[in-house]
Amino acid sequence: MKAIAKTIAAATLLISGSAVAGVVAPGNVQFVEATVPVSLTGMAGDPAKGRKWFTNRKLGNCLACHANDDLSEEQFHGEIGPYLQGVGDTYSEGELRAIVINSKEVFGEMTIMPAFYKTEGLNRVARKFAGKTILSAEQVEDIVAYLATLKE
Amino acid sequence: MKRTVSLLVGGLFCSAISTAAIADDGRELVIDGQTIATTAPVPDDHPLDEIISGWRFRSAETQALQMDDFENPAFVAIEYAEELWETPAGASNQSCADCHGDADSFTGLRAKLPRWNEEMGKPATLEMLINASIETHQGAKPWKWESAEMLAMTALIGLQSRGMAVAMETDGPMTDWIKKGEELYYTRIGQLDIACANCHEDNYGNMIRADHLSQGQVNGFPVYRLKWGSLGSIHRRFKGCMDQVRAEPYKRGSDEFIALEAYVVSRGMGLSVETPSVRN
Repeated sequence: MKAIAKTIAAATLLISGSAVAGVVAPGNVQFVEATVPVSLTGMAGDPAKGRKWFTNRKLGNCLACHANDDLSEEQFHGEIGPYLQGVGDTYSEGELRAIVINSKEVFGEMTIMPAFYKTEGLNRVARKFAGKTILSAEQVEDIVAYLATLKE
Repeated sequence: MKRTVSLLVGGLFCSAISTAAIADDGRELVIDGQTIATTAPVPDDHPLDEIISGWRFRSAETQALQMDDFENPAFVAIEYAEELWETPAGASNQSCADCHGDADSFTGLRAKLPRWNEEMGKPATLEMLINASIETHQGAKPWKWESAEMLAMTALIGLQSRGMAVAMETDGPMTDWIKKGEELYYTRIGQLDIACANCHEDNYGNMIRADHLSQGQVNGFPVYRLKWGSLGSIHRRFKGCMDQVRAEPYKRGSDEFIALEAYVVSRGMGLSVETPSVRN
């Protein structure tokens, strides 16, 4: 019985994972003219962590598609999306956040870039990932903070 | 501000620009003195501007493995299939050889598949034809899609057509299946929300991390993949792509994968059969 109660508690935690106080849930993100001006967590992200998520194949994996001089120690930079040097000059923080959350809101439906903080409107998502975002709200903010440091 | 606009445009049209980025050294595939076509003429209504075998996207080292049958690691399976070919099985106690003679009696078959099969009521892939024969002729238990036996036998039978142009029938009842495959090819799926076309039509020739994206042609299957350390079927590769975009994969041998196979074959008509090919 105790085990069952534990399981239920764990399940409840999982379900409410994205509803942590102060965190904007994927369905509640407000786009304002192709920007998301407000932090998803209400706090600034950590650029050092963002740099890690950028290369992590299970998280941002941004390097799979984008080349980035700041990560010259990493081999095999992708060629699918734009080169990211200077992206912190080109885009405001709100624009960067909007692009990471759901780039289709910024670039249009044709872009290949995945939406990293979205759960609705997707087809045949693997059971393991159903209802989950690629990045957590904190990780989105970390990556946005990191991208903002990429200045020329 | 100008910079922002150009980057935005770059984002919007990056697929159109990047298509031109193919790094193709124009090396020729020659095996045992036989030149094997790794490009094909492009028909007018084709979605691609050029038709290119996956062999052209691989490193010189990987290409070399396929240019010499003694180096090609798939030939261990070819030898295994030659044994299976002669081995009686099932209620009939007959071998493939008892009815079909030499494997070269199937020369040309691989180039025409998938092919409409009235009894099955759907297009038949090579795996389906082999299993139909095992069940109805031999009276034996069919092989699993991805079993060592099936991979070896599809490699041996495919090898008999090596160098022949892919020439699947596309009319009659095949039309609807190809259309269904086309829909699947352009449908975005998975948590990453990516369709086959996003990578293999819009971005072939580009690097996705350490992988050089090809057009996803299937003229060399079953393929010996160095990453797998074994042969694998077309449907295994489809499943792998679906896993990578975090989609719930279809089953090997499912109607969806049969339709997708037929459509992908239709995009590579005129390429040579390369079975058994070698890829990263």
